[in-house]
Amino acid sequence: MIDREQVLHVARLARLELSEDEVSRMSSELSKVLDHIEKISALDLDGVPATTHVVEVENALRPDEPRPSLPREVALASAPATQDDGFLVPSPQA
Amino acid sequence: MSAVEYEPVIGLEIHVQLSTRTKMFCGCALSFGEPPNTRTCPVCLGLPGTLPVANAEAIHYGLMIGMALGCDLAPRSIFHRKNYFYPDLPKGYQISQYDEPLCRGGRLGDVRIHRVHLEEDAAKLVHVGASGRLHASDASIVDFNRGGTPLAEIVTEPDVRSAEQASEWLKLLRTTLRQLGVSDVNMEEGSLRCDANISVRPVGTKELGTKTELKNMNSFRFIERGIKAEVERQIGILRDGGQVVQETLHYDPTTGAITSLRSKEEAHDYRYFPEPDLTPVSITQAMLDRAREALPELPAAREARFKDELGLNGESARLLAWRAELGDYFESALSSNGVEAQPLANWVTNELVQRLGGDADPAESKVEPSALAKLVALVGERKVTQGAAKQVLDKLVAEGGDPQAIVEAEGLGAVGGADELAPVVAAALEANPDIAERLRGGDMKPIGVIVGHVMRETKGRADGGEVTRLVREQLGL
Ligand SMILES: [Zn+2]
Repeated sequence: MIDREQVLHVARLARLELSEDEVSRMSSELSKVLDHIEKISALDLDGVPATTHVVEVENALRPDEPRPSLPREVALASAPATQDDGFLVPSPQA
Repeated sequence: MSAVEYEPVIGLEIHVQLSTRTKMFCGCALSFGEPPNTRTCPVCLGLPGTLPVANAEAIHYGLMIGMALGCDLAPRSIFHRKNYFYPDLPKGYQISQYDEPLCRGGRLGDVRIHRVHLEEDAAKLVHVGASGRLHASDASIVDFNRGGTPLAEIVTEPDVRSAEQASEWLKLLRTTLRQLGVSDVNMEEGSLRCDANISVRPVGTKELGTKTELKNMNSFRFIERGIKAEVERQIGILRDGGQVVQETLHYDPTTGAITSLRSKEEAHDYRYFPEPDLTPVSITQAMLDRAREALPELPAAREARFKDELGLNGESARLLAWRAELGDYFESALSSNGVEAQPLANWVTNELVQRLGGDADPAESKVEPSALAKLVALVGERKVTQGAAKQVLDKLVAEGGDPQAIVEAEGLGAVGGADELAPVVAAALEANPDIAERLRGGDMKPIGVIVGHVMRETKGRADGGEVTRLVREQLGL
C-alpha cells in the first residue's frame, strides 16, 4: 500500500504538483501497480539475474571522433530566457 | 575527564575528466575555454528523442585506469540513470554507473580502491546577482560546454588516516593518471576534483563514526587544510559530548569556515534504474589487450625498478617515482655519464628540489640534467667538496652553464692533496692550542672546530676526511 506521504515524497522528487484529489487517486493507482509486481515476487526467482535490458545487444559504442556541434543561436533558440550567451534559469540556491 | 585520543578515518572520491576528443555520449568535441554553449548538440542538451551512444575511447581509458589500480574489471557493466533536478543537468538525471561498475577493488600505494566507474560531467553554472538585468532576486546562467564530458569516478576504501596522507596519496594518483595519459589531471582547471568522506573514532576502536562529506576541494593545499579543519571540528564536537551529524559540507579556504550544503540534501533519493538507451558494455579480449598494451611504466613499478636495479634507497625511489617529472629528470641525468645513482638521486631530491621550490619541474629550470650529473661526478671524484658543489649548484640554478667551467672561474675546486692542505691544517692547530691539546690527549670530540676552521679558510673547498687525516698525522696520533 502506497500511503499519502509516499505519494507526496515521490511527487516532490519528480517536481510534480498534485491536487488533493490527485494525491488520493495516485495512492490507489500506484498501489495497484505494486500489487501487480507483487505477483512476480510469488515466483521462485532464485538464481535468475535481474533483467536490465530487454534487447540483447552489447557494446554499441561510438568511435571518439568529433562531430559538428550546434551553432549557439540554434542551441539557445528554445530557451525560455537567455543571458550572456547562456540559458538563464532561476538560481538553484534561491 | 579522561582525554580520549581520536583518529580520523578518511575515504576519498575523485572525479577525473578524461581527455578523450569527444564527450561521453555524443560527438561534441570537449571544451577548453570555448565561448559558452558552442559545444552542444541535441544529445548533451538533453532534448527529447535523442539517443546517447557511449564513447569507446572513454571505456578504453576506464580499463587502463582499472588495470593501473589493480582493479577487477567487470566482464559486463551497465549504465544507470541517477535522477535529480538541478539546472546543470538538462535531462533531470545523470548517466552514471551504479551496482555494475566497470572496475571494482584494487589498490594504489597504501590505499585500497573500492571502485572505479564512468559517468558524464554536469554543465557549468554561473550565478548572477540581483544587480543584473533581472528583477528577480538571483538567477544562474547555464553553459553546457562541459555537460557530458567523460568522467571516471575513483572511490577509495576508508584507508586514509591523516590530511597529509590524503594529499600525498592524491599526488601519487595524479602522477599515475598523468603517466597513463588519460586526463590532464589539473586541479585548478577542474579536471581532477576531490571529495572526502571524513569521520573520527577513538584510537583502538574498529567501529566507524558518523561521516561527513567535504565537497570539491580544488587544490592539494585546500584538501589538506579542509580535512584538517573538519577532523578538528568533529573531535571538538565529540569532546563536548555532542554528536556528529551526517551532512555534506563545503570548506571555504579563504576563511577556513566549514558550512553545510543543504541545497541538494533532499535529492539524496536518486531512484537509480538501468539506462535503457545504452547497451551493456561487455569487455572483449581485444579491448583488454589494447588497454594492456597502452599501459606505460607506472609509479609503483618505477619505484621498484629504482630500488632493485639502481639500488636507490626507499625514500629516494619513492620520491622520484611518485613525482614523475623528478624521475624523468633523474633518469635523463643518469644516462649522461658515469655518475652514481644514489648520490645523484640525493642531489635531485634534496638540493635541487630545495632550490627550485615546491612542485617545480626541474626540466624547466636552467640546470641541464647533464650539468647536474657532471657536478655530482666531480663531488664523487673529490674534485669538488659537498659545500663548494652547493655553491656551484646555486650558480647553475641562477644562470645555467657548465659546472666544470664554474668551478674553474670561481676557484671552487677542492683544495687538493696534502701539499696544499697541510699548511692550512697546521695554521688551524696553531690558532687553537687548547683544542690541539685535547686532541693530543685522545679526546677527538672537538676536532670539528679544526675542520670548521679549515673550511672557513678554504671557503668550503677542503675535503673533511682529508682534513681529519692530516690533523691526526700532524699531531702524531
Ligand atoms: Zn553533444
